[in-house]
Amino acid sequence: MQLRISPQDAVPIYLQIVNQVKYLVASGRLAPDEDLPPIRALAEQLVINPNTVARAYRELEQAGIVVKKRTTGTYVSGAVSPLARRQRLKIVAERIDALLAEARQLNIDTETLIDLVHERDEAMQAPALRDK
Amino acid sequence: MIAGNDWTENVIEIRGLTRQFGAKRALDNVSFAVPRGVVFGLVGANGAGKTTLIRHVLGLLKAQTGSVRVFGLDPVADPVGVLSRVGYLSEEGDLPGWMRVDELLRYMRAFYPKWDENYAQDLRRQFALDPAQKVKNLSKGQRARAGLLVALAYRPELLLLDEPSSGLDPIVRRDILGAIVRTIADEGRTVLFSSHLLEEVERVSDCVAMLKGGRIVFAGELDDVKQSHHRLTLRFDDERQLPPALDGALSWEGRGCEWTALASGRLDDLLLASSAIGAEVVEQQPLSLDEIFLAQVGTQSASAEGSPS
Repeated sequence: MQLRISPQDAVPIYLQIVNQVKYLVASGRLAPDEDLPPIRALAEQLVINPNTVARAYRELEQAGIVVKKRTTGTYVSGAVSPLARRQRLKIVAERIDALLAEARQLNIDTETLIDLVHERDEAMQAPALRDK
Repeated sequence: MIAGNDWTENVIEIRGLTRQFGAKRALDNVSFAVPRGVVFGLVGANGAGKTTLIRHVLGLLKAQTGSVRVFGLDPVADPVGVLSRVGYLSEEGDLPGWMRVDELLRYMRAFYPKWDENYAQDLRRQFALDPAQKVKNLSKGQRARAGLLVALAYRPELLLLDEPSSGLDPIVRRDILGAIVRTIADEGRTVLFSSHLLEEVERVSDCVAMLKGGRIVFAGELDDVKQSHHRLTLRFDDERQLPPALDGALSWEGRGCEWTALASGRLDDLLLASSAIGAEVVEQQPLSLDEIFLAQVGTQSASAEGSPS
């Protein structure tokens, strides 16, 4: 599991871990039932406080992303589909919030923004179609 | 909140500590506690009182006013009871230069009943310390590693590091941070370290305290500290010659209609205060510890200008 931590980011470190694990799970790079590194190992790998890793794992557990088994460690939750979809939507919703905020600041209304999303979507799909 | 730690038990407790060196007040009514099982980062500019504070914890200085307790003991009255449970690494190292590395280990081992020889040898190999090398011939980085080894090998309950990373290359700094992480990963052990490398403090600390001119500016959980500092950009209808007056503002930048403050306080309160002075908050961002430090330390004059109220 490859994570990247920037301590000076305003986002707390535990939340950086939570977000990145969510992405890895949502994008399928962490599969259901796959195990996460032990708290201590991840703390040493990232050179961060083990308490911070423990907190991130607790949050992930509460969010249903991972399950803790008493003796063997922490695993990606097997119950993927509905949760993962909700999770995926939530991640996208956060991005949309940021986008909306920025658009509002730049005086671009929501209609224009939606049109732009469609336009960009087509632009992104075009090369993919060509590749096929 | 950090669960899994017993917050009711404090490894270090400092109350109302004041220290005067001649006319200079090095510590001024300092109070804070370090709970068991946390990494506590002590930050502050040079001369802010960090080393003086750590020397009190070690019992090298006696409290003139106030009290210092380590494991509930007075480190001046009971140096053996305290120091046998404390690992200490200072910026200078203070190792006997004429000893060889293997002699140093044997010498230190004699002082500490809990010395773990296997662990010491593991660390010696990991740090690539040559047993036949004299301490004084070691590079600065290797000397720091030797000091770290000696501070760790008896598995102290409290690890005290005074500017451990100062002047060292990134690889040695990583070893030191790694040692902090491993120390805290062992149940019930505690770390207090001072540093002006705020990125390091941010990386490993549960709690931080900032000293400025011998006083505590803030002390608390790192996340709380970060959540109580903000960068706010305010827009006014009219142009202003002087920075606006906003409760909690530490410093201002800007001109005309738009002013940006680094401010401390709850975000809700700051937003309310902003609208009370007729400003629209057009942008708000959290701050890194580095920015908080600069805002808090560089403010003597700015806060005087910034809050004429």
